[in-house]
Amino acid sequence: MNMFKRYAGIVWMLVSPLSIWFLLQTAISEINKKPGIDTKIQWGVFIIIFIPIGIGLLFFGYYALKGEYDHLPERSDELEQ
Amino acid sequence: MLSETKNIWKVIGASSLGTLIEWYDFYIFGSLATVIATHFFPKTNPTAALLSTLATFAAGFIVRPFGAIVFGRLGDLIGRKYTFLLTLILMGGSTFAIGCIPDYDTIGVAAPLLVLLLRLIQGLALGGEYGGAATYVAEHAPTNRRGYFTSWIQTTATLGLFISLGVILLTRHALDKDAARSITKFNDWGWRIPFLISIVLVFVSIYIRMKMSESPLFIKLKEEGKTSLNPIKESFGHKANFKMVLLALFGATMGQGVVWYTGQFYAQSFIENVCKIDFDQSRTILIWAILFATPFFVLFGGWSDKIGRKWIMIAGMFLAVISYRFLFNQLLQLSDISNKIEIYDLKQIKSNYTLLPNGQDTLKKTTITTFFADETKLNEVKTDTLYHNAGQKTLRAITTQSKSLNSATYWKMVFIVFILIVYVTMVYGPIAAFLVELFPTKIRYTSMSLPYHIGNGVFGGLTPFIATLLTTIYTNDKLVGLFYPLSVAALCMIIGVLYISNKRHLNVSE
Repeated sequence: MNMFKRYAGIVWMLVSPLSIWFLLQTAISEINKKPGIDTKIQWGVFIIIFIPIGIGLLFFGYYALKGEYDHLPERSDELEQ
Repeated sequence: MLSETKNIWKVIGASSLGTLIEWYDFYIFGSLATVIATHFFPKTNPTAALLSTLATFAAGFIVRPFGAIVFGRLGDLIGRKYTFLLTLILMGGSTFAIGCIPDYDTIGVAAPLLVLLLRLIQGLALGGEYGGAATYVAEHAPTNRRGYFTSWIQTTATLGLFISLGVILLTRHALDKDAARSITKFNDWGWRIPFLISIVLVFVSIYIRMKMSESPLFIKLKEEGKTSLNPIKESFGHKANFKMVLLALFGATMGQGVVWYTGQFYAQSFIENVCKIDFDQSRTILIWAILFATPFFVLFGGWSDKIGRKWIMIAGMFLAVISYRFLFNQLLQLSDISNKIEIYDLKQIKSNYTLLPNGQDTLKKTTITTFFADETKLNEVKTDTLYHNAGQKTLRAITTQSKSLNSATYWKMVFIVFILIVYVTMVYGPIAAFLVELFPTKIRYTSMSLPYHIGNGVFGGLTPFIATLLTTIYTNDKLVGLFYPLSVAALCMIIGVLYISNKRHLNVSE
C-alpha cells in the first residue's frame, strides 16, 4: 500500500501544473471573450488564489513520493520533530 | 462528573451561538446580494459595479483564508477565548453597520466603498471564528466524545443559512398586509432589518462568551511556557506540520467544501434558476430540508467517535459523486411542465404600459399565468420597450419564468434536497474533530483554520460561480455545472482513501 501511495504522488505532481495551465488558459479565454474590468478582477482573484493551491498540490505529491505519508503521526509530539 | 457534563454543554452553547450568528451575518449579505446591489452598486456607475465585484469575490476567496491566518495566529498566541470574542464583535459590528449605510443616491460612491470595507471585515472575522470555536469545544471535550461534541459546532453553518433564509422570508412578508406591497417595502428599506437585528444577537452572544473560561489545554500550555512564539512559521514552515496542512486540504476539506455548497447553495440556485421555481418555494424547500437533515450532523459526529472519522467523510463524498447527476436530474424532471395538462380556460394574460422617463418610449409588461391540471402554476413576465420611432425595435424582449409547484411535487423536491444535505452532514459532521486531531495544541488554531477556509471558502464558495459559468459555456446540458463539484469531490475522495488515517481518540493534549 505504501508503494502505491508513493507512486500516486507522481500523479498529484502532474495534476498540479496541468490544473494551473488549465486555469490560465480559461482565464485568458474568458477575459478575451468579455474584456471588462469585472471579468479581469474575477479571474485575477482566481489566479492569485489557485496558483498557490496548485503549488501546494505539487508539494503534496512530492511528500507522498518521498514516503512522508507512509506513517501518520498519532501523538502531537510526533509533529514536533 | 455532573458538573463536567454541565460545563461542556455551556461551552458548546456559548461557542455554537456565536458561530451561528457569524454564519447568519455572512449569509444574509449573500442572500440579499441582488437587493443590496440596487441600493449600493448601480450598474450605471462603473466604480460602484467594480466595488460590487470586489465585495463578492474578495470577501469570500481572499479575505477568509487571510482571516484564518491572522486570527489563527492570535488564537495560538493569546488564547482561544479572546480571539473568537474579537471575531464575533467584528462580524456583528460590521453586519449592523451595513444595515445603517445610506444609499448610493444619498452619499454617492462612499456607500459602495463602505459596504466593501465592511464586507471585507466580515470575511476576515469569519476566517477567524470557526477554527477558534471548533478548537475551543474540542479542547474541552473528553477524548472519546470529541466527534460528538464538536458536531454541534458543525450544525451552525447550516443553521446560520437556515435562520438567514427564514428571517429574510418573514421580513419580506411581514411589512404590509398586501403581499406585493410588503415585497416592495422590503426591497425599498425592509432589507435592512435582517442586518440590524444582528446586533441584538451579537450582544447576547458576547455576554455569554465573556463568562466562559479559556481552553484548559491552552491554559496548561501557557503555564508550562510551551505556547508557540511564531505559529505561522511553525504551521507552514516546518515540514512535519505543513504536510499535514496539505493532507487536511486535499484529502478532506476540499471535498467537504464542494459537497457542502452543492447540497445547499447550488441546490437552491439550481431550483430557482434552472428549474425556475418561484422565490418563496425555492427557499422554503431548502429551509425544510435543512430542518430535517440537521440532526444528522450530530448523528455522524457521534458515530465518528465509534468507527472513526475517515470512512464517514469518504462515504459522503462517494455518495455525492455517484448520485449528484441523478438527483439533480430528478429536480429537473419534477419541474418540467412539458408533460403536464394545461387548463386553457384559466389562462390569464395581463398587460400594462409605463411611459419611460424620456417621455416618448413606453415599457410594455405582459404577465401570462398558465394553470395545469395538477395545480402547478406558471408565471411568465415579458418586458419589452415600445419605441416612439417606428423603425426602432428592442433586440430581444426580456422574459422571466417562475413556477409554483403543487404540494406533492414540492415535498418530493424537499426530499431530494434533504438527501443532498445528508451528504453534507456526512462530510461536515466529523470534520472538526478530524482537523483538531491532526495538529498539536500550540499551533492548532492556525493550522486547522487555513485548510478549512481554503476548502470551504475557496473550493466550496466557487461552486455556484463555476457551475453557472459551465452552463453558459455548454448550453445543451443543464447538469454540466455539476462537473466541477464532482471532479473536486472525486479527487479529494481518492486522496482521502489513500492517505488519511482512521485512527480514533488521538492524543491531542500536547
